[in-house]
Amino acid sequence: MISAFTNARLIDPASGLDTKGTLIVNNGKIADFGPDIEVPDDATVTDCKGRVLCPGLIDMRAHSVDADAALAGGITTVILQPDQTTMIDSDPVVERIRRRAEDTHTVNVYPMGAATRGMEGKELAEIGQMKASGAVAFTDCRKPVSDSQVMRRLMEYASYFGAVIVQFPQDKGLANGGIAHEGEIATRLGFAGIPAMAEVIQIERDARLSEMTGTPIHFALISSREGVEAIRAAKARGVKVTCSTAPHYLHLNDNAMEGYRTFAKVSPPLRSEEDRLALIAGLADGTIDTLVSDHDPKSEDVKRLPFGQAAAGIVGFETLLALALAPVHAGKVDLVTTLKALTATPADLLGVPGGKLEAGAPADLVIFDPDKPWRIDREAFRASARNTPFDTLPVQGQVWQTIVGGKTLFSGE
Amino acid sequence: MSTQQTDKSSYPRAEVSPPSGQLFPHKHLLGIWNLDPTAIKHVLDVADHYVEQNRQRQKSSPKCAGLTQINLFFENSTRTLMSFEIAGKRLGMEVTSMSTGTSSIKKGETLLDTAATLNAMHPDVLVMRHADSGAVKLLSEKMDCAVINAGDGRAEHPTQALLDALTIRRRKGKLHGQTIVISGDVAHSRVARSNIYLLNAMGARVRLVAPPTLLPKDVDRLGVEVSHRMDEGLEGADVVMMLRLQQERMQGAFLPSLREYYRFWGLTRDTLKYAKEDVLVMHPGPMNRGVEIASDVADDLDRSAIEEQVEMGVAVRMACLDILTRGLRGEDAA
Repeated sequence: MISAFTNARLIDPASGLDTKGTLIVNNGKIADFGPDIEVPDDATVTDCKGRVLCPGLIDMRAHSVDADAALAGGITTVILQPDQTTMIDSDPVVERIRRRAEDTHTVNVYPMGAATRGMEGKELAEIGQMKASGAVAFTDCRKPVSDSQVMRRLMEYASYFGAVIVQFPQDKGLANGGIAHEGEIATRLGFAGIPAMAEVIQIERDARLSEMTGTPIHFALISSREGVEAIRAAKARGVKVTCSTAPHYLHLNDNAMEGYRTFAKVSPPLRSEEDRLALIAGLADGTIDTLVSDHDPKSEDVKRLPFGQAAAGIVGFETLLALALAPVHAGKVDLVTTLKALTATPADLLGVPGGKLEAGAPADLVIFDPDKPWRIDREAFRASARNTPFDTLPVQGQVWQTIVGGKTLFSGE
Repeated sequence: MSTQQTDKSSYPRAEVSPPSGQLFPHKHLLGIWNLDPTAIKHVLDVADHYVEQNRQRQKSSPKCAGLTQINLFFENSTRTLMSFEIAGKRLGMEVTSMSTGTSSIKKGETLLDTAATLNAMHPDVLVMRHADSGAVKLLSEKMDCAVINAGDGRAEHPTQALLDALTIRRRKGKLHGQTIVISGDVAHSRVARSNIYLLNAMGARVRLVAPPTLLPKDVDRLGVEVSHRMDEGLEGADVVMMLRLQQERMQGAFLPSLREYYRFWGLTRDTLKYAKEDVLVMHPGPMNRGVEIASDVADDLDRSAIEEQVEMGVAVRMACLDILTRGLRGEDAA
């Protein structure tokens, strides 16, 4: 079965290709693409009408598979975090998740395994076993590995397997009891704070451990200016560090908590305007490598509580692309850089298929109109919950089709 | 001193009549931060009237007869709870109090379930205290009746700030231009926050004096001066408000010892010398004698207004209950 996507703006963030042309899919794989491609007679033709056609998004941080929501967001690969109902800290759990995803023929799912047993930060989890079963990286999710000796051994041990370690950069001591960014807004609202320095201290310690062990490290969800600076400095020293952030940190600052809105409760917390601007600059200059949704559906039962008791988290799949494009429309970050952080870079980091336009690669693709205006409507979400602070926000850039393995699994307007 | 004697020019920002004609255009009293000087002054004026009433032999009036007041305290309290009970009863309300600590949370009932249950009982006023900042506001969104915040987390304790303001206004004649020192555990104090908002709104000059570990981040951006030393901080003070050292909220190492705290930040006759001669000493209670305040200072009849604050507390709470039920009683809200 051959399909042809004609009249597309082909973007391959890995190679920097950005051209008008056609892409041919044969038997679930990319067969050919470029400006002067002849459409085979037996092909099913889709006219993209000038929309962007690029590799499907690879979301490196999701707490739920929520396949329909992922597809609606242009995501073709979901990297599942280990904090599931049954924690992903052993190979049978990894296998079960991989098998279930393959059987349902929907979005690709790769799990991250726990870095330490029970995510307790004390003993190493069975990294080798889980990697052999298909875990793509290892993390304790929202719990930093605090003990320096455990972290050092984790990195040394992981290097034998070439396993990627993802750390949540938040110093446990400084963050203890905190529920919001330590600053004027938290002081006004009466919240215990988490200083930005909690992020920096964890980054700097682990960058040093990376130098000591030679093992690369990835930091999930950078939220502060000082955090960006710490990453930038480590990279300049030649340390093998990478990091991610999520669109809500590029869009909101701690003012969003006004009125005790628990939809604005996330971990790490939303920080100041200065931090927000530094994150956008960090994405533009390549200090921040990947953009993730941190998709975390939470029911009203755990959100409609006093701020201190409410669960942290935002549903992010269906708003990921549009929110990521806002700095592009604002002229702060270019389109290819943004798309690279959503496709090729996470694919390379984790060694998962996809993320690139190349002949023979799986036809995991997204077609979207980068300029189309729409309004975020939580009632229209396909996600299993609707905890978003972005309801009614006007945005630009809408997914038209999401294609996994050559099959169009989502089709919008 | 009656309200009429109060110099009107003390309230430069209160001169403007609100466009709605309502002096207190709010359904609830959730905090001071959203009250304008007109509303604050109005509560104090009404409270002045109740101070006089409370000093008569006949203290009660049937003004709010037939209305139901529920006091819902999720945190232990005796003084504030009793003050609200007496205030309600003196206005003729049916008063029911529930002091649960955290028991209903242990039973698994969420705050909003509690709200729905209480709402079905058709109270006319709900007075609530909760250990979480913002909890009273959350509950108020689900209640049909007026809600009064009797303290939420470290966020606000509006009736305390109002009774403090009434005490100062009656002793000093005005709030505008007074130098008011707030000293102690500002970080964990809702009393401090509500007082900062109120005193700033009324044109007072507010200065915080505390060890660095007991001041929240960026507190200077709330429009206050900050000092860490008692001698420097008390310089020229008209009023000193001491805060209770909230030992139950002390997580981690804020202070090495109470002994050391008293030596450097306790209010004693010696430190009080730096303040003005006629300085007024206040404390929201309950006091830790020998920790934040020396006994002889607390008991100094000329300077200490601590018992007066308790008296003003009942009057201010009567004023709040009166004002928030005016609509129900068919009285003009102004």
